Amino acid sequence: MSKNTELTCIVCPLGCKLSVLQGEDDSIIEISGHSCKRGLSYAQTECINPERVITTTVRIRGGQMPLVSVKTDKPIPKTLMMKCMKIINRIEVMVPVKVGDTILENILETGANLVATGNAT
Amino acid sequence: MREADLVVIGGGPAGMAAAVEAARNGVEKVIILERDHTLGGILPQCIHNGFGLHLFGEELTGPEYADKFIKQVEELNIDVKLNTMVLDITQSRIVTAVNSQDGLIKIKAGAIVLAMGCRERTRGALNIPGTRPSGIYTAGTAQRLVNIEGYMPGKKVVILGSGDIGLIMARRMTLEGAQVKMVCELMPYPGGLNRNIVQCLKDFDIPLRLGHTVVNIHGKARLEGVTIAKVDEKGKAIADTHEFVECDTLLLSVGLIPENEISRDASITIDDVTAGPVVNESAETSVPGIFACGNVVYVHDLVDNVTNNGYIAGRNAARYLKERAGDTVKANANILQVRPGQGVRCVIPQLVHGNCPEDVTLSFRVDGIYRDVMIEAKADNQVIKSVKKRITTPGEMESITLSREMLQSIESGKIEVCLSSLERKGD
Repeated sequence: MSKNTELTCIVCPLGCKLSVLQGEDDSIIEISGHSCKRGLSYAQTECINPERVITTTVRIRGGQMPLVSVKTDKPIPKTLMMKCMKIINRIEVMVPVKVGDTILENILETGANLVATGNAT
Repeated sequence: MREADLVVIGGGPAGMAAAVEAARNGVEKVIILERDHTLGGILPQCIHNGFGLHLFGEELTGPEYADKFIKQVEELNIDVKLNTMVLDITQSRIVTAVNSQDGLIKIKAGAIVLAMGCRERTRGALNIPGTRPSGIYTAGTAQRLVNIEGYMPGKKVVILGSGDIGLIMARRMTLEGAQVKMVCELMPYPGGLNRNIVQCLKDFDIPLRLGHTVVNIHGKARLEGVTIAKVDEKGKAIADTHEFVECDTLLLSVGLIPENEISRDASITIDDVTAGPVVNESAETSVPGIFACGNVVYVHDLVDNVTNNGYIAGRNAARYLKERAGDTVKANANILQVRPGQGVRCVIPQLVHGNCPEDVTLSFRVDGIYRDVMIEAKADNQVIKSVKKRITTPGEMESITLSREMLQSIESGKIEVCLSSLERKGD
């Protein structure tokens, strides 16, 4: 059974409606609706391996404020987002924290590190 | 009374850019007055990424973007007064402020930059009927609670308004374990960027109800639910489309208003459409020596543009201080009025000097979704510049740049920015 996925392209404000036809092994048979090359590659990535950067917060101890903001330094597979959140929400770090500090290495074996995006003292 | 060359009111991205640029242009005593306990304005709570793509070529989060400028403010030894509220400014540029350390402060400023930003529209501004339970927040307040203070505002959420802050909060609340039931949008098209519709709603299967609004609020102590309804073309609720949605939290993402109380009190001319000061290409308001930049002038889409606008204000405040010292301020000869025409809601700046030494970029917002249109700048009954656009939406500011030669040749004193060939409208 082949399957058809409808997507909205986010590469530019045009927001083309993309249609991706995939075969049984998820290989792409046909992409339509795009109006540029970037749209084509967006459709491919979104259907085969969609990835997102997670931006959230972790608890800190000893600081003026209770949280510091963090992000994954690379996009991680979209399907792992909620699982990552569970791990991140269990983390607590001591002050001081500076922008760029690594909070957790190689989260869920994705190769992405969790790094601080804010400062905490 | 204290004295300063330049007083910047507000330490967000616009204020920091103005202060930094003024200092770099030789202004010695610059003071930033900020009411919060940190610099950065709204950026520290905007922990999502996507900031700085135009200015730095990388996707930064809000706190990272703010950090870059906070470091520059420190390096340039710019004086910063935090936890300080400005109460009043005068046309003779006396700034009155208050904080718990210095008490009441009066500063005589050579020039002032207004960079107070904007405020969210609230339930009161919408007049939504119903009871007055807890659990109703503006999206930005919820964002601060979740990202800075560490509180979750609720568990079952309805969001009214599909502006970017509302969409970002839909994702944020979901990631933190809340159930976001839907986002309602009065207009037939979403208010936020495509990218946010996809990555904040579709990624989490959150329904977007276009052409819907909240018509009633239920619950006594705590919100128990809202009634939503479809609206007609005029935005009026249709009676038999009412639907009850159970929720304990309602987030409002229904627009931002520039915060201009102190500008109004100083009798600075305010534009009715933008709700911000009328400015010229130098970011100067109707009062000489008082400049304005960023979201206090009009609500920008991108912080990169706010920063650039802050640079313009800072640079021109520096120039004003120099020229005033040398007593060479030129008379305001040949001022051109910039007006919105067909398809355009507002244009910034509203005034341009015909003899200005640089090219001028006019920024404007359109009043609907248009495809395959020409953006035109008209003067003296002819088109002086046109740009073709495949699509233009109210959610994204457009711009058109006029060269100084074009400006010099205008005789009628007016420029109109409009859209032409509006054959295919709507979506």
